[in-house]
Amino acid sequence: MNNQTQWYVKPVVFVLCLLPFAYLLFGVLTSADFLGANPVEYLAHRTGDWGLRFMLIVLMVSPLRRLTGWSGLLKFRRLLGLFAFFYVTLHLVVYVGLDLGFNWPDLGEDILERPYITVGFTAWLLLIPLALTSTRKMMRVLGRRWKKLHQLVYLIAFAGVVHYVWLVKKDLSEPLIYVGIFVVLMLLRLPARLTKQPQVN
Amino acid sequence: MLIKKPSDIKASEITDEKHYKDRRKFMQVGLGLAGAAAIPGLWLPGPVHAAREKLQGVQPSQYSSTEKPTSYKDITTYNNFYEFGTSKTDPAKYAHTLKPEPWSIAIEGEVAKPGNYHLEDMIKASTLEERIYRFRCVEAWGMVIPWVGLSLGDMLKRFEPTSRAKYVEFTTLYDLKQMPGQRRSVLNWPYVEGLGINEAMHPLSIMAVGLYGEVLPNQNGAPLRLVVPWKYGFKNIKSIVKIRFTETMPRSTWAASAPREYGFYANVNPAVNHPRWSQAKERIIGSGSIFARRKKTLMFNGYAEQVAHLYAGMDLRKNF
Repeated sequence: MNNQTQWYVKPVVFVLCLLPFAYLLFGVLTSADFLGANPVEYLAHRTGDWGLRFMLIVLMVSPLRRLTGWSGLLKFRRLLGLFAFFYVTLHLVVYVGLDLGFNWPDLGEDILERPYITVGFTAWLLLIPLALTSTRKMMRVLGRRWKKLHQLVYLIAFAGVVHYVWLVKKDLSEPLIYVGIFVVLMLLRLPARLTKQPQVN
Repeated sequence: MLIKKPSDIKASEITDEKHYKDRRKFMQVGLGLAGAAAIPGLWLPGPVHAAREKLQGVQPSQYSSTEKPTSYKDITTYNNFYEFGTSKTDPAKYAHTLKPEPWSIAIEGEVAKPGNYHLEDMIKASTLEERIYRFRCVEAWGMVIPWVGLSLGDMLKRFEPTSRAKYVEFTTLYDLKQMPGQRRSVLNWPYVEGLGINEAMHPLSIMAVGLYGEVLPNQNGAPLRLVVPWKYGFKNIKSIVKIRFTETMPRSTWAASAPREYGFYANVNPAVNHPRWSQAKERIIGSGSIFARRKKTLMFNGYAEQVAHLYAGMDLRKNF
């Protein structure tokens, strides 16, 4: 397959990634019906969904590249990763700002006493260094350590999935879909290590 | 291959469809007329899929809150009714399969007058009252709901509970066709809830049959549901088909499914948190802006003055 990507592909992907945000923003600005009876909850859930989805999409890049042999895919990993950070941050802003009304003691209590929030908040904290070191320059500066640092992405995605499973009251069917996708994406990484051996031989 | 059990075969499949439909219509009209003759001025349940229908002779009540009620739209499109799906928008979408009429309720257990009663017969002797109550869901959101209902205590007394009746257990309809959500074992169906007899007899407890002066919509628990305003919403069991008086504490559905998270009493209590969220504050549905602050939750949902004595001496942390 052609490894040369057309100049317009990246902007198109960028706009596609922005669509969920644009949809939510449109809803807020027009007080749209689809926000439902509890708009704050709706916004928190949808931004959380997209944060988690982008985390999993990022994890899809490597396996997809191996499957298709199209290394051009790697060029989108940073963009997708930053969008994951964007939606997770938006999720946090909706929760802290709109839901808690920037009540810091309430936030502290939530983080300390409710495991799903502890885990979710930790995941966001861990995303910060990854976002900050996502530039080409930081890649050069950090060298080998960059790769080590960015392996945190597995832990963060895991924390995100756990966050979702733990917050659900009873019906686990939706969070379990995310668990399933995460498990498959991790399993796909196993053969990569195992099949390397025969290739060397 | 699918072999149907006799009970799975609908009358409509055996009887010629036209005759079947005519018969149903005849029964509905018949019931309506019989009821109308018995209780002049009282509302009669309409046919299935009836348009919004006004209830007649509804009296105001001294127990009503003066707060502004949540909109009809929010009350009827945002609620939990797992029998129709686990999303809060599911009941409004899928509850049309429920047929609230004709409806009868089995009265069992420690009573002098057990039996099967038609809904009309159960409510005809009572005055329908509008009760505007605060509603607090265990998920930390709240509404103000103008129910129409009858005093639960007055209704129950007519069956003459015996001295051994310490609790009242309520059961929701179990019918996979009418309540497709029951095909999934999210909860242990049918839904069961219970009250202490003193809670059931409290004047604030009602059996609701209406909303905003109209017949109760399917998604809110038609044709009759419990409303106990000082308890979390899940106590307010919907679409009731059985009421049983017992000597021992009933095994309520949520308490049985997650005993650490939901108790039998489920009294609204800002000091006792759910293990996964705080109960100190609540989001009021329909407060207009996404920037609206949460409101502080009140002990017994603001009904402490009327009900606190029921729990005198009880450790509410243990009996949550």
